[in-house]
Amino acid sequence: MAKISRRKLLKTGLAAGGTAIAAASCSNRGPTVITNQIKDVTLRLIGTGAAQINDIRVQAEKDLGFKIQMRALSTAENIQIAITQPKQYDIFDGEYFALPLVAPSGNLQAIDIRKIKEFNKITPIFTTGELYPGARVNTSQGTAPRKVMFLKGKDSTEFASEPTDWATMIPFQYNADTLGYRPDLVGKKIQSWADLFDPQFKGKTSLLDIPSIGIMDAAMVMEATGQMKFGDKGNMTREELDKVTNLLIEQKQAGQFRAFWKTFDESVNLMSSGEVVLQSMWSPAVTAVRARGIPCVYAPLKEGYRGWGGGLGLSKNLSGIKLDAAYEYLNWMLDGWVGGFLSRQGYYSAAPENARKFMKPEEWDFWYEGKPAAIDIIDPFGKKIESKGAVRDGGSFTERMGNVVCWNSFMQQQVYLVYKWTEFIVA
Amino acid sequence: MNSSKTLRNYLLVAPQTLVFVLFLVLPIIAIAIVSFWNFNGFAMSPGFTLNNYLGIFSSRVYLSTYLNTFKFAFLVWLFCLLISYPVAYFLSFHVKSPKWQTILFLICTVPFLTSNIIRMISWIPFLGREGLINQALMGLGITKQPVEIFLFSDFSVILAMVHLYCLFMVAPIFNSMMRIDRSLVTAAEDLGSSPFQIQKEIILPLSASGIAIGSIFVVTLVMGEFATMRIMSGGKSSSVGYLIKNQLDSLQYPLAAANAVVLLIITLIIVFAILRVVDIRKEL
Repeated sequence: MAKISRRKLLKTGLAAGGTAIAAASCSNRGPTVITNQIKDVTLRLIGTGAAQINDIRVQAEKDLGFKIQMRALSTAENIQIAITQPKQYDIFDGEYFALPLVAPSGNLQAIDIRKIKEFNKITPIFTTGELYPGARVNTSQGTAPRKVMFLKGKDSTEFASEPTDWATMIPFQYNADTLGYRPDLVGKKIQSWADLFDPQFKGKTSLLDIPSIGIMDAAMVMEATGQMKFGDKGNMTREELDKVTNLLIEQKQAGQFRAFWKTFDESVNLMSSGEVVLQSMWSPAVTAVRARGIPCVYAPLKEGYRGWGGGLGLSKNLSGIKLDAAYEYLNWMLDGWVGGFLSRQGYYSAAPENARKFMKPEEWDFWYEGKPAAIDIIDPFGKKIESKGAVRDGGSFTERMGNVVCWNSFMQQQVYLVYKWTEFIVA
Repeated sequence: MNSSKTLRNYLLVAPQTLVFVLFLVLPIIAIAIVSFWNFNGFAMSPGFTLNNYLGIFSSRVYLSTYLNTFKFAFLVWLFCLLISYPVAYFLSFHVKSPKWQTILFLICTVPFLTSNIIRMISWIPFLGREGLINQALMGLGITKQPVEIFLFSDFSVILAMVHLYCLFMVAPIFNSMMRIDRSLVTAAEDLGSSPFQIQKEIILPLSASGIAIGSIFVVTLVMGEFATMRIMSGGKSSSVGYLIKNQLDSLQYPLAAANAVVLLIITLIIVFAILRVVDIRKEL
C-alpha cells in the first residue's frame, strides 16, 4: 500500500487520481527515504534509433534523478521484443502503426491520462484527429494515431474510437514524409508523387524496401498517376495488393528503379552518390545529404504527405515506484526540453507550445512557422544545417502536418502484403 | 585402465557436444516445431498444420526465390572453382620455396582481416555510376555513358560473393594439392604425359577432396546469404535467406521457420550429394 503515498511526494507532484483508497494506511515513511528510493530506479527503454539518443538520456537523468537505459533497435526488432519479451523493457518507444500488433499482446498497460499533466497541450492530431477545420489530416487514411490512441478502459486491449481516460502511448515525435530529390540532377520542380514513375528518371529512382511503408509510397504514386484508386491505402484489399504489385513489377522490369533501400544511411548514400535522383526519403536523411554540401529538396507534393508518429507505452510489468518514475518520464518528455531537441532535427514535438519554450524565437519561426531563417540554423549536436535566409521545405507545421493524407499502417492483409512484396522483389 | 580411457574420451568430447546440443540441435528442433504451428496472420499458436509448408510448395513466388538462390549458389560456386583451382595449383606446384608459399597464401588471406560487410560495401563506390571503374572507362573514352550494370545487378552480387568466399575454396584445394606425391607428376612426365593429361589423371582426382570441402563451404554459405544479396543487388533481387529475414521482420515466425527447414534440408541434400561423389575421409 505504501507505494501510493510515495507517488504524492515525487517532485512533479503527480495528480492524485485513485490514491484516496490507500491514503489512510501509509503515512509512516519520511520523504528522505522516498527521494532515495526513486534514485535507485532504473528505467529500461527500447526504441528505434530516432529518439534513443545519449543527449536525451543524460538530460533526463539530470532532470529526473533516476537512471535510464536505452536500447536502440530496428523498427522490426523493436516490435518483436515488445511482443515476445515483455520482461526486457519498462518503456516501449514505438510507432503508432505498431500498436495493432503490440496492444493485443497485453504487454502494455493503459496510461492514465489524468496523470499526464500536459496532456491537453498535445496536438489534436493524436487526440481528436482534428488539426484545424478542413485539414486533410483530419480524414487521413491508414493507422492514423487517433485511431489507436485510446483504449476502451483500464484493462482493455481494444482501441476506442473516441478519446477516453486511458491511452495506449503518449506521443512525442512525428513527421510528414515525402519524396526527396536532387534539384541539380532532376532539372525540374518535383510536385507530384507521379514523378517517381516518370520515364525521364528511368534507372534513377528508388523506393523504400520496408514492405509496409514501401507499399504506401507506391500507392501514393499510383493514385497520383491515376492508375489506381483505393478505399483505404492503409488497409488494402487483396485485389488492391495484387494490382499494386503488378504495376510495381511492370515498373521494375522497365528499369525504372536503380535500387531499393532499407536503412537510413543507404538512402543518404544513394542520393549523394548520384545513383538515385528521386526517391522516398526520411527527413533527417535529407538533412544528412545537405550536410555533405549536396543540394537536396524534401518535396512538398500536391497529393499530400505520408505521416508517422511515435510515442511511449508502459510495460504491464511496471508497478509501484517504478511506475511512478515511468509517469514522471512521460511528463518530462512532454515538458519541452525533448521537444526542442527533436524539433531542431526536423521532427515535431507532440506538445509544440512546450517545445517553443526551449527554442529560440528564430528557430521556432523556421521549424514551425515556415519563415525564412533569421539566423543560421544549428542542429541539436551543434552542426550548422541551414544558412540564414533558408526556408523549410514544405513550409509551416500546419501546411506540412495538415496535408498528411495517410499514415504508416498495419494492414489486415499483412501476410499477403509481405508475400506480394517478395514477389515484387524477386521479379 | 581401458574403462578410464573411455571415460576420459567421453569427458573430452563433452564440452563440444554440450555446445552443439544446446546451441545447434535444440534451436533447430525448436524451429522445426514452430514451422508446424498455426499462424493466423497476426499471432502464432501451438498446433500442427502443414499449411506453412503447402504455402511454400504451391507458390510461384517462393519457387522463383528458391530458383534464384540455386542460380546464385551455382554461379558463385563455379566462379570460385575456376579461380581457386589455378590459384591453388600455382601456389603448390609453381612456387617451389615453402617460405614463399606461406607468404603468398597469407597474402590471399589479407582481405579477411577486415569484416565481411566492409569488404562487400567497399565495392559500391568502386562500381557505381560515378565510381572508379566508370570514371576510368569514360576518362579513357571507352564509353560515353556510365555502365550501370556494374552495380545493383546480378553481376555485382556474384562479384561480391566470389570475392567473399573464394578463399574458402582456395585453402582446402591448396591443402590437398600439397599432399600430392611429386614423384607421381615426375613419373607421368617421364612417360610422356601432356600437361593436360597430368591435370586430368593425377592432380584433379587427387585434389578432389579439397574441391569437395571447398564446394561445401561455398554452397552452404551462399545458400544462407541475405546481406550480400540485398546490398549488392540494391534490394532488387532476393534469396531464401532474405525472404526468411523479411518474414521474421514482419513477425511471421511459423512461415519463416518452415522456409528455414526447407532451406536446411535442401542444403543438406546438396552436401550429401557432394559427399557421395567424393569420399572426403578416404582421401584426407
